[in-house]
Amino acid sequence: MRTVHRIDADGVPSQRPHGDVDRAHGNGLVATGLRHAYGYLTVLDLDTFTVAPGDRHAVIGPNGAGKSTLLNLLAGATRAQSGAITYNGQTITRRQAAWRARAGIGRTFQHPSVYPDLTVLDCVRMGGWHHRRHPERTPLEVLDLVGLIDHADVLSATLPHGHRRMLDLAVALAGQPRLLLLDEPAAGLTDAETTRLLDILDGLPSWMAVVLVEHHMDVVAALATWITVLHHGRRLTDGPADRVRADPAVAALYLGPGGDDAAGQ
Amino acid sequence: MSRQAGRGVAEALTTWHRSGSTWVALGVAAAAVGVVALSADAYLHATAARMLPLALLAVSVAVVTGHAGLPTLGQVAPYAAGAYTTARLALAGVEQAAVHLLTAAVAGAVLAGLLGVVLIRYRGTVFLMLSLGVAELTAITAAQWRQVSGGTDGLAGIPAVRLAPGLPPLVADRAVLLYAAAVALCATVGAVILLGGERRMLLSAVRGNEARARASGHRVTAYLWAVHTGAGAIAGIGGALLIHTHRWITPADVGFATAALALLAVVIGGAASLPGAAAGAIAVLAVRDVIAVWLPGHAPLLLGALFVAAVYLLPGGLTALSARLRPPTPSRRPNHVAHASGSPARPTARSTP
Repeated sequence: MRTVHRIDADGVPSQRPHGDVDRAHGNGLVATGLRHAYGYLTVLDLDTFTVAPGDRHAVIGPNGAGKSTLLNLLAGATRAQSGAITYNGQTITRRQAAWRARAGIGRTFQHPSVYPDLTVLDCVRMGGWHHRRHPERTPLEVLDLVGLIDHADVLSATLPHGHRRMLDLAVALAGQPRLLLLDEPAAGLTDAETTRLLDILDGLPSWMAVVLVEHHMDVVAALATWITVLHHGRRLTDGPADRVRADPAVAALYLGPGGDDAAGQ
Repeated sequence: MSRQAGRGVAEALTTWHRSGSTWVALGVAAAAVGVVALSADAYLHATAARMLPLALLAVSVAVVTGHAGLPTLGQVAPYAAGAYTTARLALAGVEQAAVHLLTAAVAGAVLAGLLGVVLIRYRGTVFLMLSLGVAELTAITAAQWRQVSGGTDGLAGIPAVRLAPGLPPLVADRAVLLYAAAVALCATVGAVILLGGERRMLLSAVRGNEARARASGHRVTAYLWAVHTGAGAIAGIGGALLIHTHRWITPADVGFATAALALLAVVIGGAASLPGAAAGAIAVLAVRDVIAVWLPGHAPLLLGALFVAAVYLLPGGLTALSARLRPPTPSRRPNHVAHASGSPARPTARSTP
């Protein structure tokens, strides 16, 4: 049994059950003592962050809370200044983003990220490059899943925002991740596109872990089973999704004092 | 009537572009060499042959600049490595062309690989400035390393190359032209093949969005290093051709002016097309060495005017001209099923940095 011992000055310890923490140590991801600063400004100072296989783990918080920094540290896009990250029981703290991706950590970006000179289909082929011999889904099947099959031959640079978001997700899924990091996947989507996104995410295999950074509480409510709330780079609270959404402190964080009714919606 | 004719020309250009303009350009280049070789003018043969080393250097620059997306002036370093290696081999009595070309390619690749370990970490303007430093250091090294380079006096009296032991040396201008053209064409075709298909798509992806490529597991640095090293091999072969066609070398041949001419050639020809870059080099040298004869002392002015005209009138270079002239079409591929069967991608033409 492993438990969280270290508590940051202004943060609170994680409430994750020991069973989840143990599963994360086995086949999931565990980050301990992650700290990142830009000059004198500390943007993330987190004692632990765990993702067990099959987790639907949302990370929420106001702008500047350190959510995207956390995702970048987990994906390897940013090198951790201190702390350690293990994945599948292996230390990956010093591993590059490409290595982590091949190991099964896929991601989408806050601003949908595509290859501008390639067609939609070629973008997905690039995403599944390392599985092209034995793909779980062919690129066309992935495009069908995200609703872009009719745009397969369109240059990705010409896609509207919503389609780019879906393409970003398709590229990530083509990489056959076991841990999928989603950075505000619903930002800028229409209601119909958001519904489609939720359908896609709801249909992901149960063994795939998902870390979701999102401002849309509807999306968080529909998907997440566990929520971590960050504020000024530290954990404000975490817990099962229903309990965190009902937490007055979380409502106050988003909406100011007295906003708990809205937060619960 | 004129509108119909214009549309016909545009459609013809579109067809030409889609049917593999690279191979058409290579065919045109081969035909042009044949026409020049048929001429009885030995001076024309010599002049044309002396353009081909720079053409290969421009191909090398286009590989790094257009395919890897790293604007460079530093390819003169592997070019110099190939040239001095060839010169030293020839002066030591080794005169076989195959040995020269292979050794020069290896020398160019090794040097480019070593330089790439440092250079590939940088992008954009920083990479360009570092490559400028490489170009300057190359000329300085060539001037200072007298035991190898002969100092600023250079190396002269280099024996002519032989195609095989027992065969006479290539001395006749027409023979040198045909040999140099064959080597340049083979090297360019090899580069086109190696950078075609999925590799082209891979590099286009890396060039377009490096962060996305890394997040999809692509070893971006390794890809770019491999391209830089391969381009070094091409530049090394270009250096060998410099010795085979000129039979002398000085540090000025591998200095900044040569690097700038090669980059100018890529701007004019189009960084996305290797034959285009070679054609750009020939155009640059034609302006400097042929047209400027009528305006003595004004070659730099003509080259400057050519550069300004190319930047303003030919964004994307000569090879992007057909794409610019063809009528606008929806940004769709004709049939996406072709992708599923692994057909090569054809990225849109990019303007040079």
